[in-house]
Formats: sequence, structure tokens, C-alpha cells
Amino acid sequence: MVVLAAIGGFLLYRGFEIFKDFGFSFITGSKWDIGNAEDTSTAILGIGAMLFGSVITAIIAVVISVPFAVATALLIEFYVPKWFKTILISVLDLVAALPSVVFGIWGYAVLLPLVENWSKTIEHYLGWIPIFNVPSGIFGRSPFLAGLLLGLMIVPIITSVAREVYSQAPRDLIDAASALGGTRWGALRAVVLPFGRSGLVGGTMLGLGRALGETVAVYLTLNLVFQVNFKILASAGGNVASLIATKFGEATEYELKALMAAGLVLFLVTLLVNFGATIIVNKSRKIV
Amino acid sequence: MENNQIDSKVSETIRPTITAKVEIPLQRSKLHTEDLQVDKMVKSESGLETRNVHAWFDKHHALADISLHFPKNTVTGLIGPSGCGKSTFLRLLNRMHEFIPRAAMAGEVLYAGNDIYDPGVNPIDIRRRIGMVFQKPNPFPAMNIGENVVAGLKLSRVKTSNKEALIEECLTRAGLWKEVKDRLGSAGGSLSGGQQQRLCIARALALNPEVLLLDEPCSALDPGSTLRVEETIVQLSATMTIIVVTHNMQQAARVSDYCAFFLSDGGPGQLVEADLTTNIFSHPSDTRTADYVQGRFG
Amino acid sequence: MSVVIETMPPVPTQPWRNSKAQGMRNFLAIVLALICGGVINRVTGLSGFLGLFVGTAFLFPVFVAFANINRGANVVVDRIASAVIAVAFIAVTIPWLSIFITVFRKGSEAFHSSYLTDDMRITPSGDDLQYGGIAHAIVGTMLMVLVATVISVPFGIIAAIYIVEVKGRFASLIRFLVQAMSGVPSIVAGLFVYSTVVTFFGGFSAWAGAIALSILMLPTVARTSEEVLKLVSVDLRTSSSALGATQARTVFTIVIPTVASGLITAAVLGVARVVGETAPLILTSSYFVATSRNLNEPIASLPIYIFSSLGLGDQNATARAWGGAMVLLGLVFFLFLLTRLFSSRIKRK
Repeated sequence: MVVLAAIGGFLLYRGFEIFKDFGFSFITGSKWDIGNAEDTSTAILGIGAMLFGSVITAIIAVVISVPFAVATALLIEFYVPKWFKTILISVLDLVAALPSVVFGIWGYAVLLPLVENWSKTIEHYLGWIPIFNVPSGIFGRSPFLAGLLLGLMIVPIITSVAREVYSQAPRDLIDAASALGGTRWGALRAVVLPFGRSGLVGGTMLGLGRALGETVAVYLTLNLVFQVNFKILASAGGNVASLIATKFGEATEYELKALMAAGLVLFLVTLLVNFGATIIVNKSRKIV
Repeated sequence: MENNQIDSKVSETIRPTITAKVEIPLQRSKLHTEDLQVDKMVKSESGLETRNVHAWFDKHHALADISLHFPKNTVTGLIGPSGCGKSTFLRLLNRMHEFIPRAAMAGEVLYAGNDIYDPGVNPIDIRRRIGMVFQKPNPFPAMNIGENVVAGLKLSRVKTSNKEALIEECLTRAGLWKEVKDRLGSAGGSLSGGQQQRLCIARALALNPEVLLLDEPCSALDPGSTLRVEETIVQLSATMTIIVVTHNMQQAARVSDYCAFFLSDGGPGQLVEADLTTNIFSHPSDTRTADYVQGRFG
Repeated sequence: MSVVIETMPPVPTQPWRNSKAQGMRNFLAIVLALICGGVINRVTGLSGFLGLFVGTAFLFPVFVAFANINRGANVVVDRIASAVIAVAFIAVTIPWLSIFITVFRKGSEAFHSSYLTDDMRITPSGDDLQYGGIAHAIVGTMLMVLVATVISVPFGIIAAIYIVEVKGRFASLIRFLVQAMSGVPSIVAGLFVYSTVVTFFGGFSAWAGAIALSILMLPTVARTSEEVLKLVSVDLRTSSSALGATQARTVFTIVIPTVASGLITAAVLGVARVVGETAPLILTSSYFVATSRNLNEPIASLPIYIFSSLGLGDQNATARAWGGAMVLLGLVFFLFLLTRLFSSRIKRK
């Protein structure tokens, strides 16, 4: 607890000046210009674009991962024999423990060329939909790629929470659904999925928190450009965490303070998401 | 060649002998003579019959050689101490047994003259025609009362033209309509335990089954609710075949026409005696039955 | 003759198992989907292994539906759902497998006899792959993780004991905070340590890195210890208390020895959680090319080694990054096996 308070406190202390100087526009603005290094008043700093990037990559990640996580959780819990189930749970834990830098380098080397091709195809056929339009013609390290990679990273997290909740679905209700002429899928849909809904929401939020705060994987797969980019296939974007990692090396003292402030914003956002997730997951456990 | 023919003939004629292995041929045949009259009238849809049914859980032999006939539109009570295989037997009757991993069975369960375990039979159809109500009332929590009643239709993808009429009919048959007609939209969990159990009966009725299996339907209920559920069972037996597992001797005596007494002596559960309920309670032919119904064990 | 039949034991059967004919039809559905997927693969733009998979994945549920068409709409929907679930699961495992295979294949290119014992002190990253190694990174990671473990394990276990054994007034609050803390982005932890330790003590150091790691480790250790402590039966505690032991004595003489291997698991899981952390180390321990045991100086670490080698863009440097990734992956895998070993021991108790 002390640590949590200290984290918030120190980041606030360091970043305070920035909030004082820019106020709300630090969050909404999307320009990052330190101006003249000697004269801090020439700087215009805003993390709006980065916040937007964090959110859009995290949303892409969640949208992609949730259906797969649900399917995997159902498969592990209801479709496979017990010995296979224990193996799969171990594999899931292992993948959840894979370092993000490994995901990142794989995403850069293997996923990037694939996604570039897919993006071109999608743009070719669906380019008339604004979010799939790429006027610059530069694909590559796009929010879509970063989101996809983040999605792969959070699938094991969401799956294990969902699986745990599904395993607590009352046996007698599943029996009742079967006795009423329901198939296995019918029983899952009528009983297990509604039962596990809140747990799934909680698990998804845990995954969302992880995706929002991810640094290295996004750093390696997303081109840092300061603009609010909702064209998810275009090679431009960034998120708050990767902004910090990128700018940290050659930052001026004033910019460092701005990075602290950005860290504080990220901290508060993820804390909020995680508080919410924890409450929801705990609640869904208590029902049982 | 000739030998073979004789063999097959023998094996066909031998069937009754095998069933007679139930060590109590007299009682069983009594049951048969009783329903012979019924059988003559409704031979084509004569309730439910099991022939030499066994059940296993993995290596554990849970139930041995049960042959019983449940005549149409009667109530049969399955009685016996815990662990004697009554519930296992009940779950065999509508193919719920197979949901337990590594469960196995042997023998035949005949419904309308056909073995429900034939490879061509769709278990889902069987479960629709042979409904089941469980020990603990278990309305679906995500649905309201009305939706609970018709949940089976949704689950088995049966279309109905008039949902409201069906809900009313089923709830009426289950003896619940008057109590809930003004709050069909509220959650099933808001009802009392006894009402929930009758809601579960109504839910089973919505698929219009010909047989209803009840697994200790009143063991979680207070005496007042128990009485209401029992009334419902008796009323329903006018139109359907009912098989009810119960621990409660008075209940068996109150609601059932026939009783079957199961017992396990440490090995697989066996059928000790089956007869008219009045006979079982007044002059059972097996001393173990007498001991049990008079409350000397179990 | 009748005797023979009567004594014939009943044979357990499972008539609900898919019949051979149905099994054949389902198998046929897979084969057909594969063939058609292959044809699409050849003729259209869906090329390569992934194209084959995508084509097959979409066709498989369709063919499964046809294979079961005689069994009613309800069964068909059920079978389609099963097929979709299976396909989704396989789709998830493909990238996982790809990660392991790619890391192993590319990583082994950088491997040579003294890869694990050499460092990059006199070797530029772009140099030929038979020179240099990752000894410095391994040593640095080991040192920092060791210090982080020494810091966070006692705190984590104390927090868990407070939640489970003492059940103090703030138990549920602490539990909640520990859960929330596990979601703190690693870069924020890094920033925090930078703004405190690094700025106050003048520069990047292994200490700072270790402290950042310990912040990230703490929640994992605390939560796992909590789960383990809960497993100790209440009987054990009451019988000890009945002998007149105080609560503190009960905890330290009975409970902790009983769950020792569980607490080790908690520590190992914590290590596995942080051993690959990159972001916080960029801000705290930085990077150093030589093997160093000085905790007051910047120090190398495996994740940063991978990260910085990758940033150079040079072909050999990139190969080195893959080599580092392989070692890191091996380390995580090893730690993981260790936890399985310990946790299976707990269960046996």
C-alpha cells in the first residue's frame, strides 16, 4: 500500500509542474514539441495522441482476444479429457509468463510482414470504410499489428480467468439444461455463458489493463507518430508506455517531468481498470 | 448348423430365465400380471421397461441386473438406502448417465418398444420425451419465470405458435399458475423452494414428455411444500408415467402405485423387490424390504 | 446351454460413443476441409501455411454440419459450435508454437561454444557471431533478480500471512491492493524507481533495477503465498493452538515449515514474472557491455540485451538478440518446470 501511494505521490510530485503549465491540454493535446531546450515556455507537450493510441491498441487487442479466449476456456473445461486439460492449463500458464520482449521480437520479425500483407488486402477490399483507409500507403507498424500482438499476449490471461469461472458453473443447472433436450452447446449457452459473464468481463478488464500498460511489445511494433490515428492499418501511432521508453533516453529535464506526468496518467488509468476488474472478478467468485 | 439354430432359439426363449436371475421371480411376475391388463389396452405405448440393466462408473459396478416395467400412467417409487443406485438407475432411463466421464452400462431400456440406447437413437429426443426433475430446485437464474417454463423449447429448438398459452397450461398442470400468474416476468429465484420445484416440473412439462423422472424432488423442501409437490405428482399421473426416487417412506406410500426396493450389500446395487405399493408396505415378501420400510435401517 | 448364458458376465458398454460410421463421417469432414483448403490455397491468394489453415478453418464447420445433417437441426448447431471452438483453439496455439519455433531456430544461429561465457566487452554488436556472448547479461539478470527476490519475498510472505493467518482489520483491504498492484504497468514501476532511487543516488544502478523488479514481484509472491497458506488445514492450526502455542509460534513452527515448498513456488513464480521485464530496466539499470558484479553501477540484463541489440538494425546484432531471446525463454521454461515440480509436491502432501 505504501508502495502504491509512493508511486502515485512521487510521480505527481515530479510531474506537477507539467500539469501546472499545461493543465488539461496535456491530456487532450497531441503535439509533443520541447521547443527551445533553454526556455521551457516554448514547449508544447500533450499525450492525447498517445492516450488514444493506448486505448485503440488495447481495444483491438480485447476485441480480437475475447472470442478466442472464450472458445479456449470452453474447450479446456468442457470438451477435452482430464489429462489433456491439465496439460493445457500448464501451457496457458507458461504462455502467460512469456516475457513481453519475446513477444515483441517475434511480432517484429514474424507477424509484421504477415500483417503488412493482410492489411494491404483489407485496404484493397474494405478501404472505403474510413478506419481501414490508408491514404499514406504505408502499412507495417500499425495500431492493428500492435493490437493483434497485444491480443495474443492477453489471450492466456483472459482464458485462465474465464476458465476458472466456467469451472464453477453449477453442475445441476447444466444437467437440467441437458435433461430438457439441450445439446452440449445448448447447455453451455443457456447456463455456462450467462453464469460466467461477469467473470469474463473482469478477466477482460485484467487483460485490458495489461494491454494498456504494455511497453516493449508496442515499442517494437508501432511507429511512434504524434497524431491521433484512427486509421488502424496505417503505420502511425504509439502508446503512453512506449512514449516513455522512446523519449526517455534523450529527454531534457523538463521533458522528463512531462514523462513522469504521462506515467502518472497511465498509472491512474490502469489502476482504475484494475480496481474495476478486481471488484468484478471477486464478486463473480462470491456468487458461487 | 442345426446346433446353431437351437442355440439362437434357446437364447431367445431364455430371456425370461435371465430376468428371473433377480432372485425374486415371484414379485416381479406379480408386477407383470398387474400391468398385463393395462398392457393389453395400450400395448404400443406401454410406458418404460428395463431389461438386465447394469451400470458402471469406471471399474466400479454400481448397479446390477435391474429388470423393471413401469406401466403407462402410473407412479412408481424407487426406494432404498443412499448409495444403492436409485439415482444412477433413474439417470439411465433418460440417458443422463452418459454425461459422467467413463460411465458405462449394459442391458436394454425399452421405450415404446425400442431400445433407447440403439445407435440410431438421438439421446436429445429421448431426454425431451422422458423429462427429469432434480433433487435441488434449479430454475435458470438468468431467466424469468415465463422464460424458465419455455427454456426447454429453446434448448431443443422446438417452435411453438402460442407461447403464452403453453406457459399457462404447464404452470397450471404443475399447480403453480394461480400463485405466479401476475409475476411471470420476475426471476425464478424469487420463488419459494416448493414453488421453484413446481416451476421445474412445469419446465419439464413444456416439452410434453410422456414420462417424468423425479430424483428426490422434495428432499430440499419443507413439509408444506412437499405436500403441494406430491399433489402435483398425483394429478400428473393421470396423463403420464412417473418414476420418483425418494428416501421418504410416507411419500412413497402416498404418491406411488408401485414400489421398487433397491439395496446394495457393499457390491453393486440390486433390485430386491418390486410390487404394488400396498403390498410392499403391508406384506413384503423379502425380510430386507420389511426391515427397510419399517425403518429398521437406512 | 442355458447355464452358459446365465453365467456370462454383463459387458460394460458405452452405446453413446460415436458410432464408427459417424466417426468416419466426421473424419471425412476434416479431410474434405483440408483438401478444399488446399485447393483454395493453390488457386487463390490465400497462400502459405496460414492460408491453408484459414481456408480449412472456415470450411471445417461447414463440412461437419453436412456430416451430421441427418441428426436434426439441434445436433447440427451443436456440432458446428464444437467445430468452431476447436478451430478457434488451434488458431490460438499456432502463434504460440510459432513463437517457440522461431525463437529456437533463429536463436540457435547465434549460439557458439562460448556464447554463454563470453561478454560483449571487446566485441562490437555487428561483429561475427563466433565472437562475444551474453555472460554479462546473464550475470546481471541473475544478480538483480536475486536482490529483488531477497527484498520482495519476505514482504510478500508477510503480507500473505497477515491476510490469511492474522486476519487483521485491513486484511481484505491489503488483499485488494495487492491484486490491484499486480496490474501496475511495469514502466510505471520503472519511472517511480527512476524518480526516487536513480535521481537521489546519482545515476543508473543494478540496485535501482532490482528495486523496480521487486515492486513487480511483490504482488505475485503475495498472492501465490496466500493461496498456499489457505491450503494448510484449519485442523493443523487448531491442534497446535490447543497445545498452548501462541499464534505467532503456530505460524512460524507449524504453518511455514508445512508449506515451505509452496512458498518456494511463490518465489519462483515471482522470479518468472520479472526475469523478462524490459521496460523498467531501461529506466533503472540501463545497460553495460562487460560482466559486472558492482551493484552501484549500470549493469547488463538479458531483456535489455535483446532490446538494445534489436535496436541496432545490424544483421549480426539482430541474430544476437534472438540468441538472447532463446536463453531468456529457456530460463522462463526452466523456472516454470521448477514451479510444477514444487506444486506437485505440495499436492502429494
